[in-house]
Amino acid sequence: MKRFTGFALALLALGAIALAQNALLINGAGATFPYPAYSKWFDVYHKQKPAIQINYQSVGSGAGIRQVTEGTVDFGASDGPMTDKQLEDFTAKRGTQILHFPTVLGADVPTYNIPGVSAELNFTPDALAGIFLGSITKWNDPAIAGANKGVTLPAADILVIHRSDGSGTTYIWTDYLSKISDTWKTKVGTGTSVNWPVGLGGKGNEGVAGLVKQTPYAIGYVELIYAIQNKMPYGKIRNSAGVFVKADLAGVSAAAAGAAKTMPEDFRVSITNAPGKAAYPVSSFTWLLIPAHIQDAAKRDAIKGFLHWMLTEGQNYAEGLAYAKLPKEVVVKELKAISKIQ
Amino acid sequence: MRGAGSSLSPRSLFSRLCQGDEIARLITLLFAASVVLIALAIVYQLWVDSALSRHRFGLHFLVTSVWDPVFEQFGALPFIYGTLLTSAVALLLAVPLGIGAAIFLAELAPQRISAVCTFFIELLAAVPSVIYGLLGVFVLVPLMRQDVQPFLKNTLGFLPLFSGPAYGVGFLTAGIVLALMILPFIISVSREVLLSVPRDQREAALALGSTRWESTWRVVVPFARTGIFGSIFLALARALGETMAVTMVIGNTPQIAASLFAPGYTIAAVIANEFTEATSDLYLHALIELGLVLFLLTFILNGMARLLILLTERKGAEVRA
Repeated sequence: MKRFTGFALALLALGAIALAQNALLINGAGATFPYPAYSKWFDVYHKQKPAIQINYQSVGSGAGIRQVTEGTVDFGASDGPMTDKQLEDFTAKRGTQILHFPTVLGADVPTYNIPGVSAELNFTPDALAGIFLGSITKWNDPAIAGANKGVTLPAADILVIHRSDGSGTTYIWTDYLSKISDTWKTKVGTGTSVNWPVGLGGKGNEGVAGLVKQTPYAIGYVELIYAIQNKMPYGKIRNSAGVFVKADLAGVSAAAAGAAKTMPEDFRVSITNAPGKAAYPVSSFTWLLIPAHIQDAAKRDAIKGFLHWMLTEGQNYAEGLAYAKLPKEVVVKELKAISKIQ
Repeated sequence: MRGAGSSLSPRSLFSRLCQGDEIARLITLLFAASVVLIALAIVYQLWVDSALSRHRFGLHFLVTSVWDPVFEQFGALPFIYGTLLTSAVALLLAVPLGIGAAIFLAELAPQRISAVCTFFIELLAAVPSVIYGLLGVFVLVPLMRQDVQPFLKNTLGFLPLFSGPAYGVGFLTAGIVLALMILPFIISVSREVLLSVPRDQREAALALGSTRWESTWRVVVPFARTGIFGSIFLALARALGETMAVTMVIGNTPQIAASLFAPGYTIAAVIANEFTEATSDLYLHALIELGLVLFLLTFILNGMARLLILLTERKGAEVRA
C-alpha cells in the first residue's frame, strides 16, 4: 500500500511539473521529405524562444493536408501544392483560406546500375520519358546512346525501379515527366502514387536505392539528399536551356530563382523544368500550409514569428542538412505574404 | 431464510449474485461478448469508411485489375491474387516442414534436443517482421536472383510457373519469407498438441504391434488433427495479414502473372505503402475497401477451414463407428 501511494504521489508531481512548463504548444503534421530540416528548425527556435514549443509529426503530405483541413493540427506541410478542390474543401470546413509558404527545395536524381559502365550518363527528357513509359527497353537505345557518345552501353534490358509508397519524391518526378512528355501526361499523370506502366516498386528511398544497387541494369529515382548522403552515382539531365546539369544544391536553388519571376501570389507553383542555364530540371519546393485566419492570438503571433525566423535565420541551416535554400527573390515575396495571416 | 434451508427455497437473483459464481460468469461473458463486439465494430467502421468507393465501383471493384490513383480507377483483383498466392506458397512450404519438425520434436527426439530446439523455435516466433523483411532484402533476394531462380529456370523452366526474368523479388521470394515467418507458429502449436495426446493411445498402438513411426503417424497425429489444423489456420491468418516483410521482397507491382518469378502486390502491402499519402477521399475509401476485402477474405478462409475440420471429423467418426 505504501509503495502504491508513493508511486501515485510521484505521478502527481510529474503531472504538476508538466503543467508548470506552460509552454505554448503548436502542432503540425505532414511531409516526410523536409522532416530533418523542420526538426532542426523547431529545436533551434525553441532554444531561442523557450516559451514556444512546435511539435511536428512526419506522417506524410496527404495526412498533413487532411489533418490541417480537419483542424486537428495548427499547420500542415506538403511536398506537393494543394489542388483547387482541396483548397475549396479547406475553406468550406474551416471558414478561411489556407496559405502556402515554401520552406526548402528538393530534387530527384536518376540513379542507375550498369555493370561495366562507371561514367556519368547524360539523360535527355525524351530518354527518361521513354524509359519510364516502357517504350525504351534497352540500354543501348539510340535515345540514350545519342547523348552519351564515348560510352559503350550494353544491349541489356532496362529494369525500372520506382517508389511503391506514396511520396513527394514521386510527385516531383511524375510532375517533371508530365511536363516534358504529353504521352506521360495523358497516360499516367502526376501524383504521389501513380499507375506505373513498367517497373518494380521499392519502399522508400532506401528501397529504391537498395533494389538499384542489387539489380544489374536497373534505373531508379531517389532524392538528391539521399544520393549525396549515401554517395550514390547519378546521372545528368538536360534542362530546358539545353544544358546537361548534374543535380546539386546550387542548381536546385537556380531552378527556383528562374521560376520566381513568374511565381503566382499563392506560391502554388511547380518549378520542374524551370528556365535558366544553371537550373536543375527536377526540382521542387516543399510547403508549410498555414490557415489565413488563426483564432488564438498567441498562436498566430508565434507562427508568424517562426515564419519570419525561418525565412531569415532558418535558411542558413538548410545547406548544412543538404537542403537547397530558397532564393532571395522568393524569400522577399514570402516575407511580404506573412502579413496575410490574420 | 438463510442457512440450511436456503438450498431448498429458490434463491433470489441478488443472493445468487452475492455468491460470486454469478458475477464471475457475467464478467467473463462480458469479456467474450466484447471481443465479438469489437470485431463487428471493425467491420462496421470499414464498411462506413469505404462508402465512396463502394458506391462508385460496386462489385466491379473485386474483378478489376487497374490501380490508378491519378485517374481514380481502383480495382482489387491483383491484390487479392497476390495475397492468396503468397499465402498458398507459404503454406505449401511451411506445413510439411512444420508438422514434420513438430512430430520429430514431440515424438522422436531425445528430451534434451527437443527442449533446446523448442526454445530457439519459440524465439523465432518473437522476431519482428521487419527483421524478416531486412533478411529477405539483403540475404534472400540476391540468393534468389543469382542462384535459386536461375536453377529453377534451367530445370523447370518449361513450366509457366517458372518463366520470365529473374529479379530476385517476386511472389516466390515473398512466399518463402512468409513460410519462414509462419514456421515457428506451426511447429510450436503442433508440438504442444502432439504432446498432449494421452499416452495410452500410443501404448495401445504399440501393444498392437505397430512400429514407432506407425504409431506416431497413424494414431497420434490423427488424434491431434484438430489442433494441428488450428495451428495451420493461425499461420494462415498471419500470412494473409503480413505487411512489412512482404512489401520489401515482393516487388510492389499490381499485376496478375502466372509466373512465380514475377513481382506482385498484396492487400496489406498496398495499404501500408499508400495510406499516409492518399490525398483524395475516393483514394482513401478505396484503400479502406481493400481492408474490408482482406477482413472478409480471412473470415471466409477461416470458415472454409472450420468446415473442412467438421467434415473430416464426421468422416473419421463414421469410419470409427
